[in-house]
Amino acid sequence: MELVSQHVKGIMEECKLRARDHGLTFDDETLEYIVTNRDMIELSPKVMIPTLYDYWVHDVRVLSGKGMYEAYPSNPYETVINTRPAISYYNDNNPDWLNVMIFYHVLGHIDFFQNNMFYKNTWDTDLTGQALADKRLIAHLRSEKGRWVDYAIEFSRGIDNLVGYQKELNHTIMNGSRYQLSKIDFYFDIFLQRIKHVSQHDYLKEITRFNAGRDGSEDFFDEIVSQYPEFDELYKKETSITLKPERDIIEYIIQHSPFLRQDENKWITSVIQIVKNTSSYFQPQIRTKIMNEGWASYWHEYLFMRDDRICGHEIDFAKVNAAVTAMPKVGLNPYALGLRLFQHIKDMEDRGCYSFDYLFLKDEVGKKKYNRDKDSGDAFILQVRENLNDFTFINTYIDQEFVDQHTLFVAGKRFNKPRMSWEFYIKSKKADDYKQMIIDTLYHPPEVFVDPAGCKEGVLYLNHKFENKPLKTDFIENTMVGIEYLWGGPVHLETSEPVVSKQAATQYAGFWDPASQQPQKKQPEEIKWKRMLYVMENRKLHKREL
Amino acid sequence: MITLDELLERDRRREEDGFKRKIRIGRIVKPGSGGKDKIIIVPTTVEEKFVHDEITLNQEPGEGDPTGGTGEGEEGDIIGEQPVRPEEGEGEGEGAGEGPGEGEGGEHELESNAYELGKVLSQDFQLPNLKDKGKKRTLARYVYDLTDKNRGVGQILDKKATLKRIVETNITLGNIPDVGNIDSTKFIISPQDMIYRILSREKDFESQALVFFLRDYSGSMGGKVTQTVVSQHVMLYSWLLYQYEKQVETRFILHDTAAKEVSDFYKYYSYKVAGGTKVFTAFKLVNDIVERESLARDYNIYVFHGTDGDDWDKEGKQTLDEIERMMNYAARIGISIVEHSYVGSKQTEVEKYLKRSGILERHSSLIKMDIMDENADDSRIIQGIKKLIS
Repeated sequence: MELVSQHVKGIMEECKLRARDHGLTFDDETLEYIVTNRDMIELSPKVMIPTLYDYWVHDVRVLSGKGMYEAYPSNPYETVINTRPAISYYNDNNPDWLNVMIFYHVLGHIDFFQNNMFYKNTWDTDLTGQALADKRLIAHLRSEKGRWVDYAIEFSRGIDNLVGYQKELNHTIMNGSRYQLSKIDFYFDIFLQRIKHVSQHDYLKEITRFNAGRDGSEDFFDEIVSQYPEFDELYKKETSITLKPERDIIEYIIQHSPFLRQDENKWITSVIQIVKNTSSYFQPQIRTKIMNEGWASYWHEYLFMRDDRICGHEIDFAKVNAAVTAMPKVGLNPYALGLRLFQHIKDMEDRGCYSFDYLFLKDEVGKKKYNRDKDSGDAFILQVRENLNDFTFINTYIDQEFVDQHTLFVAGKRFNKPRMSWEFYIKSKKADDYKQMIIDTLYHPPEVFVDPAGCKEGVLYLNHKFENKPLKTDFIENTMVGIEYLWGGPVHLETSEPVVSKQAATQYAGFWDPASQQPQKKQPEEIKWKRMLYVMENRKLHKREL
Repeated sequence: MITLDELLERDRRREEDGFKRKIRIGRIVKPGSGGKDKIIIVPTTVEEKFVHDEITLNQEPGEGDPTGGTGEGEEGDIIGEQPVRPEEGEGEGEGAGEGPGEGEGGEHELESNAYELGKVLSQDFQLPNLKDKGKKRTLARYVYDLTDKNRGVGQILDKKATLKRIVETNITLGNIPDVGNIDSTKFIISPQDMIYRILSREKDFESQALVFFLRDYSGSMGGKVTQTVVSQHVMLYSWLLYQYEKQVETRFILHDTAAKEVSDFYKYYSYKVAGGTKVFTAFKLVNDIVERESLARDYNIYVFHGTDGDDWDKEGKQTLDEIERMMNYAARIGISIVEHSYVGSKQTEVEKYLKRSGILERHSSLIKMDIMDENADDSRIIQGIKKLIS
């Protein structure tokens, strides 16, 4: 691992200036390293953090990564990590024109890391530094406790996808207050309804009075204060309530586990904390893949084409760029999708399409020709990259115009028995279906929380909030063995499972067996769900219906 | 960097600490041209967490997961198709006898890695060593040994042979008047009577195994069942490879309602689910191959069959007939039934008719059956191997 040459660093610094001219913002300092394939394979299990703590699962991944590389060699152009300063890795000394393209891409990522609100909780720490301290602590513990450190890591990692990321982020962004409450909202939502319990008639009268006074002729609140002298005081009281962040399972265990409270087990708490913090750090990254890649691809294309240093390499660029950002005939490419969606948003905003006028237009031709010359697209997409994550990005901006423009569709796959083949067909060209198909691919860990009502007699009672998807049953046992170990007592998990009708099983077998003469049902049965309770006690798992 | 051995050692200690093992032996198949696939053996592990299951429950049978796509066309248009099983160069009909050139198991790069795996399995998982069944076969391999005799000069004096020679010479010379009372001090010894041993090139004799792997790839075999069967067969293959010092030949047979032979492990491993199930076809194909190529004379023949236990022939009459025929020559028939979890406590067809026939008891040294769940982990699979080869 070595830093790039001064010449290449010069190219990077030049790229930074041009990127800033177009509105990207990022720290001055960045680090660029050249790494070998071997380094890459060894770094990737550690999520590219060279200083991450050692753990045997990483070693297993390295060994299988080496095997994988032997079978299918492939080299990424770049990898960027969200550290201070941001570190990026490159595979080799590329030609200058390619470096220009890659650097713009990397700067897109860095800009995204450092401006997107979902990363707010990562802005004040440098992960490499923190990880180094953690690594040393774990190495020290390992010298004392041996392999039990690895069990502690394993069991903590078993629940590290359940970190309360959104709640923590919410707490940071709201500065600890419950909500940003304006005086108006307080008056209408809380004061009139919950404190004064005014009649519907009076409530509507107040709304009319508010709307009438919107031109600012008189102060709306004057009359209120004269009628209710206590109003200001109550408003102040309401806004001063701050909430503690809600605790996730990990924190609950740290604070309440009788096992961890024993002196000889105190060290485990620091291991759990390290695992939790590392996981929290990567939460925003998993939730902004399409945006982050799309944003970086958008800027490498945009800035590269405007860069005079690369004259003569347009065709080389076109080849590399197409390989990265082409939309596959069947399948998904987050780079390509994100890039096109950002371009689409900019175009729509430039023409002023995010407006009621446009929405109410009925005719296609009128929609296509619609243009209000707002040219506010550049600023608009900067806003989008600041405030959205993959879900809101996809959910808000995939519209029929986008799907039609890029001739996108949901591709279905079905078995054609006479031909013994899988058939791919166009299942739907509707934006809503396409949107839902993408949303189904997004990262969404189950919501499992501690249910205080069930936590009696030393039991840790977990409740899985059911979202029409069961938990992967194979993983439940080992995960619960881990939680039981950290908790030091029995663990219960409430979750939902489908009721398996016997008929379904035979029907599946019969599908392949024409001899069984079963009529194929066109309508799949409605699935019924039942609540199940998994009980882990003394490393034995039982389950029963609730 | 930690080695595979250290990882396995660590994994064994987990059991002592009261936790389940976590390391599985994974395989990466690198497709090569001309059947020269490379199988790379790597450790793998899964970090269990609470995650949503990806299964889609309310889908019509035969419908796969939807994904994205781009291009022209209207809803309902078919934009492409992918055969369920990749076609081989030759037609299906003659799949049985691919003639000479088949059975070149020794050519695969799989060998060296699988041999290592077999070693690991024998040593680390305490799989038993194999008894030598005694059949020998001449091979085009030589070792050098002090077996040739040479008069006059050589490396080691063969005292017994020399003494015999001297006695013979002296009898011829009339130097031994009374054979009942020989006086060795009166012997006349010629240098030509000294018999020495010298190095010579010897053909090597080793027992040789021929393994038939049979796999059900019918429609019901989707998902984990196939994975489990293939895992077990890879390990079996590796273990036999180690046991027979790489002198293992393999033949791969897939069946649904018809059986066919495929040329290499990659195809055996990767061919996807197809039609219905007739188990007997696979056994019949093996019997036919063995007969046609007179394999029984030269080889220890092992037959391993992996299935989910489903068979259209509920009585299994034909299957049992073929198995009876097979037992005349096979050193071991091992049948693994990997049950779908929906089977529950019921018995599968194959299990039922095998048990009913009493064949398992009557020929308990020749045929073994192992039944496991589709979620079986590596240690269960290895346990199954122990059962099949015990």
